Amino acid sequence: MKPAWQAMPPAAPERSRRVSVSRRAGLGVLLGLALFSLLGPWLLDVDPTRQVLADSLRAPDGSHLLGTDVLGRDVLARLMHAARLSFGLALLAAITAAVPGVLLGIAASWRGAGVERALVMLSDVVLSVPGLLLVLLFAALVPGRGEALYVGLSLSLWVEYFRVARAASRAVLASDAVQASRLLGFGPGHVLRWHLLPALAPVTGTLLAFSAAQAVLALAALGFVGVGLQPPTPELGLMMTEYLPHYEEAPWLIGAPVALLMLLVLGMLLLAGDAEGA
Amino acid sequence: MKPTTLSHSPWLRLLLRRLFQLVALALLVGTVCFFMARALPGDMATRIAAGRYGYDLVSNAAADAVRAELGLDRPVGLALLHWWGDIARFHLGVSLVTGAAVWAEIAHALGRTLLLSAVALAIGAGLGLPLGIWSGLHAGGWVDRVVLVMAVALRALPSFLLAVLLMVGVAVRLGALPVAGGDAAGSVLLPALTLGLGLAAGLARVTRGALHEVARSPSYEFARTKGLSDRQALVHHGLRQAAVPVVTYLGLQAVFLIEGALVVETLFAWPGIGHELVHAVFGRDVPMIQGAALCMGLLFVLFNLGVDAICLALDPRRRAGGAR
Repeated sequence: MKPAWQAMPPAAPERSRRVSVSRRAGLGVLLGLALFSLLGPWLLDVDPTRQVLADSLRAPDGSHLLGTDVLGRDVLARLMHAARLSFGLALLAAITAAVPGVLLGIAASWRGAGVERALVMLSDVVLSVPGLLLVLLFAALVPGRGEALYVGLSLSLWVEYFRVARAASRAVLASDAVQASRLLGFGPGHVLRWHLLPALAPVTGTLLAFSAAQAVLALAALGFVGVGLQPPTPELGLMMTEYLPHYEEAPWLIGAPVALLMLLVLGMLLLAGDAEGA
Repeated sequence: MKPTTLSHSPWLRLLLRRLFQLVALALLVGTVCFFMARALPGDMATRIAAGRYGYDLVSNAAADAVRAELGLDRPVGLALLHWWGDIARFHLGVSLVTGAAVWAEIAHALGRTLLLSAVALAIGAGLGLPLGIWSGLHAGGWVDRVVLVMAVALRALPSFLLAVLLMVGVAVRLGALPVAGGDAAGSVLLPALTLGLGLAAGLARVTRGALHEVARSPSYEFARTKGLSDRQALVHHGLRQAAVPVVTYLGLQAVFLIEGALVVETLFAWPGIGHELVHAVFGRDVPMIQGAALCMGLLFVLFNLGVDAICLALDPRRRAGGAR
């Protein structure tokens, strides 16, 4: 998984307006997807696993906005539930990775010496295994369970936060402002609350969007090759596997989850600034 | 650190870090696989027996025979120590399903994965570097714009989707290349193209950024001012400076290659490590899972070691220490 923060261009003054427009667009896309997945299942009260075999492979119409799949299940309902599951799981994993990751990163650069070395070694342990492989191993530990995927995702994602927080907080801790605070007798709590967290918040926010999107992609990839969640759970990767055989007679089926995933990645790319290295 | 006593220290530190990672990798993967073997629902011996003889022919006697043969009834702590000891002595065991040595199966698959990665890297570098260099030197030109659009589109496409698009487009519609498998001539091209295109997109953008930066730098300006031609300035001053971020990026993409191998190999039924791993997961063949995971981790760490070494060789500032 790529470190998102490296992809962010420094906001040069003459580009900053364009960048901020594209970032806002990216944020808008991601928020829209989040709303779709959170509110969708609540607004459209259709069971995503209910089969009506007489309605197999219906084209999109008034009653089924995205048509039905081969078992007569409503594709829109499935898509919404799949999105809620993927995004929810991914966001949860990203947040549970972010909190310890950031705190450990701050601890490492604050305490330095032995603590830092130990924590860096710990992060090296996780970095020795590619993220998706770690998730796959955990998925294999307890097959077909979302919890295992969640643990694997969190375990592989926290390192990124750790590295970013460690690098960023080192500069903050060495700054004049923190020195002045300390000389004035403020404790570590004050430094953390008023110096470190505000400095780390923007980069952590971007990283959060990135790692959540990566987690969604990882879930979809695992579902697609068949080692992630298992049918009949509506899941983006699984839906693609199920709909792929019908791409000829019902292209809207495979189009739905694919469009959702591509929107997600596009939003992520926009949020990171229009393109890396620009 | 005193630079005199530790003149080799950047190289040594590099090696030690990656060596530590290898040990950690073995312990991590080994432990997870051990508990995987223990925690699987259902009776493992019965499952393995079913895998060997077929579900209709399994009896309790057959399951008991498998249990005794594989030592599945040892206490947990002892078994874990045994497990670690086996890994330390490179005893990866035999596949629970086929009964063949894991080592032999992995060695076969490793060759295929290396071939796939090499072709993918060649495609990525062959497409990405020239395009990136050209658009970096002619920033804002039409090549630059086209490459930007292509790169964003390719990056917005997860590799498994690109794989399916290529399968449907190139193999099924045009019939130009085999859809899947590893035996027919040219079957490496589609999976390699899937990985290579994604790689090329990122590489082109990073190379473009790096060269653009270099071309605007005072040192490059000076090289031009002192009378070097465009080509001389590029070859002698531009490429090496620009190479550092590009190689670093390649290191980050090691993850992409390995993860891609996992998904893309499975999709194209390319008989490499990722394919073995996923199928071992289907069959709950824990020794194979362990062997394949270890091998993938090993590849990953070695690739990173190579990238670090190249960066160190290219950039004297890193050798001087402190810059990190």
